[in-house]
Amino acid sequence: MDFDLNEDQRLLKDTLVRFFKDNYSFEQRKQAMAMAGGWSQDVWKQLAELGFTGLLAPEAAGGFNGGQVEAMVAMEAMGEALLVEPLFVSALLGGFLLRQCPASAQISQLEAAMVGGTARLAVAFMEAEAPLDGAHVTTSARTEGGKVVLNGAKTLVLHGDSATHIIVSARHAGTPGSHHGIGLYLVEGDAAGLRRRGYATQDGQRAAELNFHETPAHVLNPEAYATIAKAIDFGMACICVEAVGAMSALHAMTVDYLKIRKQFGLPIGAFQVLQHRAVDMLVALEQARSLALVAMFAIDEKDAARRHRTVAAAKVQVARSGKFVGEEAIQLHGGIGMTMEYAAGHYFKRLKMIDVQWGDGDHHLAELARGPNLLEDETLG
Amino acid sequence: MDLHLDPQQRAFRAEVRQFFKDNLPDRVRQKVIKGGYPEYQDMVDWTRVMHAKGWATPQWPKALGGTGWSPVELAIFDDESQAAGAPQMLPFGVNMLGPVLYTFGSKEQQEKYLPRIARLDDWWCQGFSEPGAGSDLASLKTAARREGDEFIVNGQKTWTTMAQYADWIFCLVRTDPDSLKPGGKRQEGISFLLIDMKTKGITVRPIQTIDGGVEVNEVFFDDVRVPAENLVGQLNKGWDYAKFLLGNERNGIARVGATKEKLRRIRALAQTSQIGAAPMSENRRFMERLTEAEIDLKALEVTQWRVLARSGARHGKPDPASSILKIKGSQLQQTATDLAVALAGPYAAVGKSDQSGDNLGPIGPEWAATSAPVYFNYRKVSIYGGSNEIQRNIIAKAILGF
Repeated sequence: MDFDLNEDQRLLKDTLVRFFKDNYSFEQRKQAMAMAGGWSQDVWKQLAELGFTGLLAPEAAGGFNGGQVEAMVAMEAMGEALLVEPLFVSALLGGFLLRQCPASAQISQLEAAMVGGTARLAVAFMEAEAPLDGAHVTTSARTEGGKVVLNGAKTLVLHGDSATHIIVSARHAGTPGSHHGIGLYLVEGDAAGLRRRGYATQDGQRAAELNFHETPAHVLNPEAYATIAKAIDFGMACICVEAVGAMSALHAMTVDYLKIRKQFGLPIGAFQVLQHRAVDMLVALEQARSLALVAMFAIDEKDAARRHRTVAAAKVQVARSGKFVGEEAIQLHGGIGMTMEYAAGHYFKRLKMIDVQWGDGDHHLAELARGPNLLEDETLG
Repeated sequence: MDLHLDPQQRAFRAEVRQFFKDNLPDRVRQKVIKGGYPEYQDMVDWTRVMHAKGWATPQWPKALGGTGWSPVELAIFDDESQAAGAPQMLPFGVNMLGPVLYTFGSKEQQEKYLPRIARLDDWWCQGFSEPGAGSDLASLKTAARREGDEFIVNGQKTWTTMAQYADWIFCLVRTDPDSLKPGGKRQEGISFLLIDMKTKGITVRPIQTIDGGVEVNEVFFDDVRVPAENLVGQLNKGWDYAKFLLGNERNGIARVGATKEKLRRIRALAQTSQIGAAPMSENRRFMERLTEAEIDLKALEVTQWRVLARSGARHGKPDPASSILKIKGSQLQQTATDLAVALAGPYAAVGKSDQSGDNLGPIGPEWAATSAPVYFNYRKVSIYGGSNEIQRNIIAKAILGF
């Protein structure tokens, strides 16, 4: 049992944290969000130069060849920085999916382009009728004369408005809900018959609704439900860690504020009632950190049901902790917490949106309550 | 980074688990899991079993009967022992006084008391709290006046757990009355004294707690004569030893293993317990509350390992992060007892039958009878061992820098 990063991982963390500190202040982030498309191409180029766009890509493609620990280090730093550039969805979720698909020259090329920063992935799994059910796929994949075309629609596709490539789940057999007959397909951003309707999300990220009409696509994995489920668990674990980074930064800024804000002639942090609330926020944060860590390590778990239980438990804990830390942080800041000109509110918004992504705390709690007993899974095997 | 126990640690866990399985009487196990205190004789018997195995005082130095286990192994042992429903070694001797004696006591004191603590030949209780000195322990007033080769002790201790069984009490006493005067340093007039409970002038009065049981007492001292050789360490340095002792008290306070076993039992009973139209396992609200507790406990388990890993680097100094474990651990212990009451439903209300010794059988499910008393009793866990408010003060100061 060892909770420490190794030297390479520490270096990765230091590099990323320093990059965000030097290049991604709250003001710089605000400028990025005001740019066309809602994020900064310059920041993206710099992230590519530092190698982060290829964080999970194999060394053969020039990537960092990272695993869960590297993903965790990156997600935590992104949470602290409130990054709006598409690093999570492209380098992490997209990168993870590509590595789960059978190797091909096409994937290798794409990975190399991701490492260089010229390709950006989006992942389109959700459909409007049942966004949280990865098996509810009505988008169809039809093969004609050796070529595949997609028809249908996907919803809530993170950074789907600007991605150069989109990984789409589509059905070539079976009925909505069945695990059999779902494949993963790659659609290029400028493909014929692809319509994208982009929008900003509540927390300043970007998303899109996608429509496919006889849209040409390439097969990545013809029978992919298990991969989709695993990728969703990985994505959930990632945003749990991101939430921990956001909570941690928000908690630190709240404690700092309590020390400098004076009322009644005293820093308000001198009042025990506020100190104790800051302590309870710390307890909530550390509990979330513990399960986010376990969730990330569970991704390699062979038993898919057990893997999902562990990740879902983390999602519940992060939801509870994130709500508590977020709401308390705004309250302890008072009026200043309410303004768009101050970072606290932006962390709060991000935490709330992480909660609702891929199922909120109540959704996963209801599922876990049906059993089996979580405590029968040895946490540290 | 690696979240797995190494093969040696896994083997250790299996060995400990098997030992409890083979040696712990089921009657005692049932009692502990339901949250009750084991009987005096059960405690003595079990301590002797553990002593014979060499596990009664695992954290002590090896030369004095310790096991030489690493902090991780000690924590595995605690968790397994709690999850098995084994009575904990009486903490007042093993966890509190023992380390004070082998760290600060004289050679004579170590030789006289430590082996008897390890076998529970002597039952120790803790004389710290007083009616006017709870969280503000340094305001204690029980006075010890030196007269020749003796201290004369006058005053009162309270919340003294299981003093009714105790052969000895270790006390914090005021040996410099001036230290309580304005401008005096209250912490610098306190000494650490060992007192034989059979000494003339000691009166023990039981306090019945809201669960109906008696595990705490008031202890009165009326001109109690204590040999001067029973002073531990230096005169007026008792506060340092008390702080050291309280730092040790926070170890194992999360009680993850014990709460795990309680929740496991509740989940199993929910499958068959029916107070409405369907078993409780069909009651979504109940099952979600239970699951939420399980999730929180799983998180606490990892938080505990993280604190432990960190504490290794602090060379045994008390880690303020252990206060996080106390707060969350006590909350979860209380939640588990609350869930047991919900599970018992109306049968939680049943008290002691008028016809004692009858063979009519229990009223309602046998396990339900203890649910409410244990729930009432467990309000104590956020009060003792440094109340959760004191723990928050510690974190606020030592971690958050207020």
